[in-house]
Amino acid sequence: MQTQQPFQTFLDEHRVPVLGFLRAMVGPSDADDCFQETFIAALRAYPKLQDAGNLRGWLLTIAHRKAIDHHRARGRAPVPVAEPAELVAVDGIPERDDGLWAAVGALPPKQRAAVALRYGSDLPHGEIASALGCSPEAARRSLHEGLKRLRKELA
Amino acid sequence: MSTATDNATIERFKARAAEEHLLDVAYTTTDSPFGPLLLARTRRGLVRVGLPNQDTDELLVDLAERVSPRVLEAPAELDETRRELHLYFEGKLDSFDLPLDWRLSGGLRQRVLRAINRIPYGQTRSYTEMARKAGNERAVRAAGTACGSNPIPLVVPCHRVLRTGGALGGYGGGLAMKQALLELEGVLDESPAS
Repeated sequence: MQTQQPFQTFLDEHRVPVLGFLRAMVGPSDADDCFQETFIAALRAYPKLQDAGNLRGWLLTIAHRKAIDHHRARGRAPVPVAEPAELVAVDGIPERDDGLWAAVGALPPKQRAAVALRYGSDLPHGEIASALGCSPEAARRSLHEGLKRLRKELA
Repeated sequence: MSTATDNATIERFKARAAEEHLLDVAYTTTDSPFGPLLLARTRRGLVRVGLPNQDTDELLVDLAERVSPRVLEAPAELDETRRELHLYFEGKLDSFDLPLDWRLSGGLRQRVLRAINRIPYGQTRSYTEMARKAGNERAVRAAGTACGSNPIPLVVPCHRVLRTGGALGGYGGGLAMKQALLELEGVLDESPAS
């Protein structure tokens, strides 16, 4: 069996990408609740974790599920809130824009998740696929479609 | 991104982990006259005290392996331990009142350590006496090993165990620390070691 690192180390390593992802998915004010749900679920399952190979992918899969549960519980499309999280400026996405997260929130779920993982968590393309549980090809397509739509919305 | 907000988020997570009984090992570090100490507890009680010369990361990995990987930094869980230790270092406390978790020591070692835990403040015993108390007078070497492997030093006062004849013997935190603790408790004069 593989040695497991203390959960504190795991938390320190992954808190930033998870919070970034969740802020992009559900907006900054609800990200906190989803963060609690995500890490409590991870802590619960942690001792029995068999494959320590891709811990971040595993964790972001949980975070993704929690964000979906959150939307479902609210029974509505996400209404992103003011004070958008800062965003890395890449691929023509503005660094800060009050309308940006609203536009991200309005994307279809797969595209929204792909964009949130790429720019909220700063994940490389390969890991987006594993976090979404889809093929790299599908992940790339979701990201591409999402960005195209955002550019149009924000133009 | 506000760090203060992030910290509040992390604090809420830890409070909830404790509430839901998912915090198996809580730890913190605290200052002492000898340098920083690591303090770790389970729901049963204090399970590990790391001395200044020990590597904190290694101790935490060891706790993750031997107790549970659900290890989180949670200073509030160790408030009482920290309070009593600081009083002890100020010479204002001569007996700890802390629940202990003995699980890191088994068999003879645990019996020796439990016997050591009953040595009163300001007194010393020999390794041989400790072996006898643990039920095996011939196990002097084992008694020495048990002291050397004490996972809860300071609180379980292995510094009060000396060689027959009064030589200091050994100490995980270094002999200077053992000497200083015995001086604090008034066992040794504060003269330089001969």
